Order: sequence, then C-alpha cells, then structure tokens
Amino acid sequence: MVGVIIASMVGMGIQEESKGMAKPTLLFLWLFTSTGKLFSFVQFIAFFGPLIGIFLGFDSINRERVSRTLSKLASQPIYRDSIINAKFLAGVTTIAIVLVGIVLIISGLGIRLIGVVPGSEEILRLVIYLIISILYISFWLGISIFFSVAFRSTATSALASLAIWIFFSFFVGLGAGFMADAVAPISQSGTNVDPNVLVRHEEVQRTVSYFSPMTLYNEATTTILDPTRKTTKGLVFMGPLERLSLSRFQNPLPLLQSLIIVAPYLISIVAITFLCFGVCYLVFMRQEIRTV
Amino acid sequence: MEGQNIIEAEGLTKKYGTQTAVNNLALQIQEGEVFGFLGPNGAGKTTTLLMFLGLTEPTSGKVRIIGFDPAREPLRVKEKVGYLPENVGFYDDMDARQNLQFIARLNRIPDKVSAKKIDGLLEEVGLFEEAKKKVGTYSKGMRQRLGIAEVLIKEPKLIFLDEPTIGLDPDGTNRMLDLIHSLSREKNITIFLSSHLLDQVQRICDRVGIMIKGNLVAIGPIQELARKKLGVDKEHYTLEELYMKYFKEA
Repeated sequence: MVGVIIASMVGMGIQEESKGMAKPTLLFLWLFTSTGKLFSFVQFIAFFGPLIGIFLGFDSINRERVSRTLSKLASQPIYRDSIINAKFLAGVTTIAIVLVGIVLIISGLGIRLIGVVPGSEEILRLVIYLIISILYISFWLGISIFFSVAFRSTATSALASLAIWIFFSFFVGLGAGFMADAVAPISQSGTNVDPNVLVRHEEVQRTVSYFSPMTLYNEATTTILDPTRKTTKGLVFMGPLERLSLSRFQNPLPLLQSLIIVAPYLISIVAITFLCFGVCYLVFMRQEIRTV
Repeated sequence: MEGQNIIEAEGLTKKYGTQTAVNNLALQIQEGEVFGFLGPNGAGKTTTLLMFLGLTEPTSGKVRIIGFDPAREPLRVKEKVGYLPENVGFYDDMDARQNLQFIARLNRIPDKVSAKKIDGLLEEVGLFEEAKKKVGTYSKGMRQRLGIAEVLIKEPKLIFLDEPTIGLDPDGTNRMLDLIHSLSREKNITIFLSSHLLDQVQRICDRVGIMIKGNLVAIGPIQELARKKLGVDKEHYTLEELYMKYFKEA
C-alpha cells in the first residue's frame, strides 16, 4: 500500500523534474529519496519504521506471561535463551520481508513509471540501505522486547516503547536546538555573525542530536542513497570559487566513498541494536519464571 | 530399576532477599511413587518445584532429578520431566491438536511421529471429540486435561503437577484423579503432586510430605505419619486431622 502510494507520487514528480535534464545520473535512487508531494520513502521509514518494530515486539514476552504459556515453554527441553532469540529473530525476519517487499514494489512501479532501469551500483546502494533499515527497525524491536520483558502488562510496555519513540523522534531534535542556543547563542540582531560561534552552535546541535538513533539513521541512509551528498555536515563554508566548481562539476561519489562517510553512523546503529538486545537478553535470563 | 531415587534433594535452600522460601530441604522420591506435597499457600511448594525443574536456581544445596542437576543440565532434566503448572496456559487461538503439535516440536518429535501420538493422547484424556475446537473455548476441566496430554507427549518419567484439581467441579476432579492414578499404575510414571486439597491427596498418594513456612515438617506414608502423630489405632483418621496437627505445631 504505502509502497504503491509513494511510488506513484514520486514517480510523477520525477517525470516532471527530469524532463529538462540531459543525462540523469543515478535517477533510480530518486524514487526513494525524493519527497514528491508529501514525504519520501526514506523519511517514511525513518519515522514510522520504529512503529513497525515496536508493534512486533511490545507484547512478545509478557503476552506469554499473561496467558501463562511462558512457564510451559520454559519447562520444555529447550534453552531459555532460545525463547528470546526466537522472538527477536522472528521479528527481524518479518521486518526484512516487509522492507524488501516495499522496496521491490516501489522499484517495480518505478521502472514502469519513469522507464529507468537501475544499474549495479544503484542496486548495491539499495541493498545497503535495506540492511541499515532492517538494523534500525530491529533496534526498535529490541527496545520493545526489552520493555515486554521488564513490564508485566502489555499496555505498559507498549506505552513505554512509544514514549521512547516520541522522545527520540521529536524531543531530541528540539533539545538539540535549545542546547545549542544555550551553549553558543547566535545573536539575532547582528548582521555579522561570528563564523566561529556559528560553527560551535552547529557542532553542539549535531552532537546532541546524535543521541537519537533516528538522526543516525537519517544521515546514514540519505548519504547512501544520494551519491551527490559528499558530507553529512549540514553547514559548509565555501568560497565563491569552490561554490562555482561544485555547481559545475557535481559528480556523484563512488559507493565506497559514501560508505566511508557513513561508517560511524552504521557502527553506532549496529552497536545500539546489539546493546539493546544484549540488555534484554540478560534481564530475561535472570528473571524467574513463575506462573503466579 | 526399581527402588532408584528419581528425585534427590539435600540441604536445598532458596532465599529471596532476607526471606527464606525453602529452608534446608531434604527429600528422596523413588521411581513409580505418587508423592503428595502438602502445605498452605506460600509455603514454598511452587518454589521447590521450580528448583527441581531448573527454572530457578537454588541459593544453596543439591538437587538430582533422574541423576542430573537441573541447574547444570536443564535439558537432560526437561526431556524426561513433565511440568503442569497451576492454571496452565495455552495458545488460545489454536486448537488442541496444534497446541500439542507445537509442544511436540519443542521436544524434537517429528510431525509424523507426533500425529499418531497426539490422537492417542487426546483419546486418553477424553478430548478427541473436541480436538478441532479452539482452546480458548475450552472449559477449565478440559484445559487441565489438555495440560496432562501436553505433559505426556514427551513420554516423561516424572511429572510435577502443581494444584492439578484446583477449580475443577467434582466430576472433573474425579476424572483428573483417575487419570493421574492410571498414569502411575499403567505407565509407571512417578508423580509429584503439589496440593492443599487433602482428601484428594489421601486418595491417590503413596507418601506425603508436609511443608510449612519453607520447612519440610513431615514425610512418609500417610498411615505411618498418622501412627506417629495421632497415635492411631482408630481406623478413621483423615489426612486433614493429621495436617492440622502439624500446622498448629509449626
């Protein structure tokens, strides 16, 4: 559904945009990054992907507890960790199927709509994007499974997961702005802003916003899917000549270079995913399983 | 191997913080016995069962179930030991056969083998007619019998039953007790029954143990305990009198 809507929306947008272009490079990836009328696929997943993860995981352990099947499961000849591993892996598999499905739908419709067939590099970039997205949503799955281990009631764990999601999606971004204003205030009145203060403002804001996995994911995926992005920094100082050369000779980055730029983001996403699952694994293994 | 101890516990202790749930428990159960484990609510019966199953670790002491330590080799124990928790749960959106098949798979029984077995078990516990219904629609007695079938599918040597008849109507209780009795007689399965419904325990158990506030205050055949405690020459003692006597002393 979502795939179809996005594909048609973006497809029509691209058709118009690319009319005047002589030789579009890596046009196919636009299908995923271009915002069309409302939002792009990448933005959509960054925002609502966590909901898929939370939805898949929030009642995984405590529903078994409430329906009193957990103690029965635990008394079967399986290791206790296979219960939680299975819950996590089942979620990851579902996520993978959903994401791959959506990307394939968009690609299929996209090829029909814009008539551009993806090259090998574009496909590779898409595969990397998929891997990052699966990891990112798995992180949220891990969060919700953790709450389902920690809380006995499914409603509590669902609400707690949603609270975390809202916090990271909205408030970290806001908080980053406040923090930056507090540490390095930019005066509104003066026309000549000290570049150093500006840089510092920007740095603080970025550092704080990196606490949100959503920011990490956004930066990583947009860089992977948009080869013309050469840095993840939002603020770049350029002289007039640099600007000129950039606009004249804007070549896409090779895949490897894009990867190098986002490597730290990737590693962070992998790390928080594993950390999150590790914590809920530990908590679950130490918990006592009782029927009462 | 008649006469071998299937459960052996020594100095078994479980503490929750400063509270002692089970204190220095020593217990030997022989193969083929029906053992009744009595005690008031909160006496530590369920905790003891959990330690026997390796679902919780004892603070100190030793347990051997069928010769294995449940904390160290839980799989060996769980392969041969069935556990029917109090108020057992099922996957309510599946029917009886699917529930049993799922448990069979967890016990690594291939589907071809388990299909026949499941039919036999459903027949045995009297659920064959209702096997196609969703378990969510089952009555309490049917659920409890399905629980027994689930325990039996792994062909256990030892079954732990935690309050198996609680909440059942008189007819359901009788059927349950008959079923438990026949398991012990026909299949030589050792039954470890935790309960506080004394007349039922008296009907089917060879030996009983009485646990009060984490201590095992008495263990032995009912008659023997009665002789010791009540000085019984009279024929008509009940387990209840005996139990209350221990309970008041504790």
